[in-house]
Amino acid sequence: MARYEIFVTYKQGIFDPPGATAERALANLGYGEVESVKIGKYIRLEVVDGPGELARVAEMCDKLLANPVIEEYRIVEAGGADR
Amino acid sequence: MKFGVVRFPGSNCEQDIVIACRYLGLDVGYIWHGDTDLSGFDAVVLPGGFSYGDYIRTGAVARFSPVMGEVVRFAERGGPVLGVCNGFQILTEAHMLPGAMLRNRGLKFICETVPLRVERSVCEWVDLPEGTVVRIPINHNEGNFTADVEALARLDSNGQVVLRYCEPDGSRAPGGSAPNGAADDIAGICNERGNVFGLMPHPERVVDPEASGTDGQPFFTSIVAHMAGV
Repeated sequence: MARYEIFVTYKQGIFDPPGATAERALANLGYGEVESVKIGKYIRLEVVDGPGELARVAEMCDKLLANPVIEEYRIVEAGGADR
Repeated sequence: MKFGVVRFPGSNCEQDIVIACRYLGLDVGYIWHGDTDLSGFDAVVLPGGFSYGDYIRTGAVARFSPVMGEVVRFAERGGPVLGVCNGFQILTEAHMLPGAMLRNRGLKFICETVPLRVERSVCEWVDLPEGTVVRIPINHNEGNFTADVEALARLDSNGQVVLRYCEPDGSRAPGGSAPNGAADDIAGICNERGNVFGLMPHPERVVDPEASGTDGQPFFTSIVAHMAGV
C-alpha cells in the first residue's frame, strides 16, 4: 500500500476568491506582512501497489481530482501507509 | 420535437424545466442519469441543482454519469443540448464548452433577477436580436466563469458569447456588470457549432406572465423554430 498526498491549487493568474478574502481578512486583523494567500484542496489516497502507480494517480488528477483548465496539482509520495 | 431533461442525483430544477416546457406546449420527458439511450429525444437539457452534492467541483462527478457519454455523442451528431446553471457547469467539466467556473467573487451565493444582454452569436437556442435586454434570475455560488485570454478572444471572434450580464439599459459598467465576477461579463456561451448552449441564469423560471414574466420563453421556443427550419 502506498500513500499519496495531492495538493490542488489554482493556476497562476486564476483569481482565487476564498484566498483573496482570507488575504483581506488577515490584513484587517493586523497581519500586514501577508502578501498573498492561496487556498486549495488536500487529497490523500491510499493505493494498492502496482505497475505505473504514480502515472495512474496523475491520470486520476487530470480526469477528476483537478480541473486542468484552472487548477494544477502536486503529488507527494507519503511512503507506506500504516498497516 | 421532444425535450429530454436529465435527472442527476442532486438535480433540483428539472421539474421547473418540465413545467416550463409543458406551459409552452412543448413535448418533454425525463432522462435518468443512468440511462444510455436518448432515442426519442430531439433536444437534451441538463438542469440546475447540486449534482452529486457539488463534491470535488461543481459538475465534476456528473460529467462521468453513464448518460453523459451519450449526451456527448448526441451533441457531436448536431443534437441540441442546453445546460442551465449546474447544467452549464457540467458542460464545461465535460469539455463540451470551454472555460471553467470559480466561486463567485465576494463568496456570496447570489439569488436575484438580473439584466442580461443578448449578443450576436451562432447559438441555435437563441434567435433574439442583438442588444435585447432580458431579465432572468440567477441562483448560484459558482458562476464566476473564467477562461484564458486566448479562449476568451476565440469565444468572441467565433460568436460563441450568447449572453452577458449588463446594466438595466443594456450597457456594461467599466468595472464589469457581472454580479459574480465572471470574465468579460459572460453569462452564457455556446460551442462553435452553436448547438450546445450553457447559461447560468434560469430561463425556465420566467415563462409564465402570471408568475414572473415571459423573458425566458425564447430560450425554449427558439430551438423549436430552428429545428423545424432545418
